[in-house]
Amino acid sequence: MTSIKQLPYEEYFLAGNGSCPGCGLTIGLRNVLKALGKNVYMVVPASCSSVVQSPFPNSSATVPLLNTPFAASAAAASGMVRALKIMGKDAVVMVWAGDGGTFDIGLATVSGAAERNEDLLYICYDNEAYMNTGGHRSSATPLGTFTGTTPTGKRENKKNVPLIMAAHGIPYVATASIAFVTDLYDKIMKAKDMKGFRYIQIYSPCTPGWLLPTEKSVESAKLAVQTGIYPLFEIEGGIFKISAPSKAYLKKEKRKPLHDYFKIQGRFKHLKEEHIKLIEQWIDQMNEEYAALDGKKIF
Amino acid sequence: MKVLIPKSKPAKGAVGKTGLWRTSKPVVNHNKCIKCVICWAFCPETTILRFEDNSVDIDYEYCKGCGVCANECPVNAIEMVED
Repeated sequence: MTSIKQLPYEEYFLAGNGSCPGCGLTIGLRNVLKALGKNVYMVVPASCSSVVQSPFPNSSATVPLLNTPFAASAAAASGMVRALKIMGKDAVVMVWAGDGGTFDIGLATVSGAAERNEDLLYICYDNEAYMNTGGHRSSATPLGTFTGTTPTGKRENKKNVPLIMAAHGIPYVATASIAFVTDLYDKIMKAKDMKGFRYIQIYSPCTPGWLLPTEKSVESAKLAVQTGIYPLFEIEGGIFKISAPSKAYLKKEKRKPLHDYFKIQGRFKHLKEEHIKLIEQWIDQMNEEYAALDGKKIF
Repeated sequence: MKVLIPKSKPAKGAVGKTGLWRTSKPVVNHNKCIKCVICWAFCPETTILRFEDNSVDIDYEYCKGCGVCANECPVNAIEMVED
């Protein structure tokens, strides 16, 4: 496992970009690009990332980057992979999409590309709502969350897209978190050398959308893993494996209280004790299921 | 006929000097710093400069003053002061 000091010095995403202070997206993108290096072509659908790159004629990304419409990212990347193959170039094609562009609007093309097992790396940075357009609910928004369109809290639970993607029979699926950069770096390094469709979902807090103090973005991502609400795992060749940062928190008694995670985020402020109990039940059930799957071939 | 391609070029400070957004700035206490570079790894803005000996400094021209570095520092060697 890589340590923080072993992360490369090179930066591929420049300072002075358009992200909000404390943005989780840029922490993730910086470290992902460190792992991928120069030899990468990025595809970005409509999302915060298309704004963060900054307006014409400047760009904060130092790697080639194509902006596409919302639903088209995986389809555009599939074309790019084939074009590069004809040109004889050996490079990684990476889609960097938000949860709206993956879970909802883009799901058709993502599923299509996964079914064809296109040779691309699909990364979804999951900030649990449509944060760029003002924080509307998406199917990645968890139960009980306040968003612009769910003022009394969302009634439905989060869609489990990593398992949906794994069911396509693709070679690699993983969830990662910006708070565990070395784990994220290792997962990207592993996925980089693989062939076929690879899906990685990165938990990435959004400070204005989650009504979160700017300095708490990494802390809340850390708590998401420690409270068991966002378990980190990988599914390699159909075999499910819980990742090192999440291993200890599969057991209920080791987990941190859910209150710690909820109290720093304004989007959970309206929750009452009975709601928290309901969410806790869901977390217990999810972690029990994952603990039972650990080490088994599931797809 | 000249064809215009809508192509952006990489540049630092693409939206301007983002240091102007800041209300408080991080100050590193080099006596306390244990050179773990955690602040550098978690800086959302690439404004923590890491040197060969793992010491760090801050690029105040672009630092947005979010405070993640001060919050994540394990020895509290970074302090946020009003700018």
